[in-house]
Amino acid sequence: MSDLVDTEMAVVMSDGPLRRWLSVDRIADIGLRLAVLGGVYLFWLLATRAADSIFFPVPTDVLPAVWNDWLTDSTTWQDNIVPSVIRLLYGFVLAAVLSIALGLAIGRSQVLLEMLEPTIHFLRAIPPPALLPVFLIIFGIGDMQKVMVIAFGVAPPILLNSIDGARSVDQLQLDSAAALQIGRRGRITKVIFPAAAPKVFAGLRVSMSLAVILMVISELVAATDGIGFRIMRNSRNFAYVDMWAGLVVLAILGILLNAGLTLIERRVLRWRLL
Amino acid sequence: MPTAWTRGAAGVLIAFGIVELLTRAEFVNPAYLPPASSVVAETVRLFGDSDFWDALWATLWAAAYGLARAIIIAVPLGLVLGLSRWAYRAAITVVELLRPIPSVALIPLAILLFGTGTSMKAFLVTFACLWPILFNTIYGVHDVDRVGVDTARVFGLGWFKRAARVNLPAASPFIYTGIKIAASVALILAIGAEIVAGGSSGLGIEMGEARALGNLKLSYAYVTVTGIIGVLLYIVMEAIERHLFRWRSM
Repeated sequence: MSDLVDTEMAVVMSDGPLRRWLSVDRIADIGLRLAVLGGVYLFWLLATRAADSIFFPVPTDVLPAVWNDWLTDSTTWQDNIVPSVIRLLYGFVLAAVLSIALGLAIGRSQVLLEMLEPTIHFLRAIPPPALLPVFLIIFGIGDMQKVMVIAFGVAPPILLNSIDGARSVDQLQLDSAAALQIGRRGRITKVIFPAAAPKVFAGLRVSMSLAVILMVISELVAATDGIGFRIMRNSRNFAYVDMWAGLVVLAILGILLNAGLTLIERRVLRWRLL
Repeated sequence: MPTAWTRGAAGVLIAFGIVELLTRAEFVNPAYLPPASSVVAETVRLFGDSDFWDALWATLWAAAYGLARAIIIAVPLGLVLGLSRWAYRAAITVVELLRPIPSVALIPLAILLFGTGTSMKAFLVTFACLWPILFNTIYGVHDVDRVGVDTARVFGLGWFKRAARVNLPAASPFIYTGIKIAASVALILAIGAEIVAGGSSGLGIEMGEARALGNLKLSYAYVTVTGIIGVLLYIVMEAIERHLFRWRSM
């Protein structure tokens, strides 16, 4: 109901993109979000003041540390942020490419699906920290091992969603494509992938937040740089202000990665909005 | 159905055969990566070991307790957020801030708050399990048939009764999907927390101790057990789903 009012209002005011964007509803929305953020900050401030503990530093100490010691510090970028983000993206992209290809193939074949399902669930249930030693032995102590840990951990949601997506392809569309003598390649890129894409993206989204977690896990063992490495070192050295600042940086990273993925999703799935 | 089982078993056997061949070929020193068959033999031996059952119980209890708490918090919260547009908009800002915080990064914090016992593990499990259940509940509530809600309104049902009798049942398949995802997350997180943080009892701790003593076969046997639990969990959750939501396919 209110959605309808919203679009009607936007149409009435539609004499420019900015005017359209700045509907009354949108302004109220932004105002509410800012108020909520203020509330969260106030809660954080009052709670840590009341607790008065070195474990829970006040935000007036943490936020300057986020800015000065993390975001505007070139050695931090060099030693912590850049290595972590590169490993995360490598692992994520590797897992995404393999899982989507494999998942679409499995989803189109009932036999393959029934054969591989138990094995997939077996592998999925193994916690990534338990695999660290095995991966250390196989891939050594370098970046390769960390990329593989991330890739292995983020693969299951993408794989399972791709399988699901490929299974939900409309048989009529496939038959039409076959009747029009569209080749195997055309069927995959023009019929199966577009139909499975929404589910695939749902999996990618889940995996993106998992990737941040796995990035931290992969830096627990045999790491000398990275965001997770620094957070863990801080918590052992009682450097709690810097540890909390690191957590804030992780949250910022998570939000940015999610926003980036949303942009890609909007582009790829643009046809759905029509 | 029987063909699905035999095919699944065949798939597992083939995967096992490949791993066995790779480990027997000794690309990696077998002292670090023992043959798959010896790990399986060790796993079978574990089932007769009382320490194993204690550890299993400790891990499962922490995972189940943390999951139950996440359900109790996330389902009512998701219902309210799904039903009220303004509550949803206000809350989503907080949720977007908290969700990307990796639960593993909270381990130091959880240790400070709860020590290394069950409550620390349960805290991490609850934090991680909240999100899939919360989001699926919200999606489920948004997906409810308008006619059903309006009918209930015409019959004079109040907000609370509408939520309980119309929205909740209609959203229940979505909620169950969230719980299904959360259950496997709970297991992974309970064991992961044990490996990273240590403590007194649990599968992750046994895994670490076996490795520290150089008994890699035993350590991998525990890893195998977590995989088996994952498969069993999946089978049980699917069976419950088919039973609970039989009405849906009609």
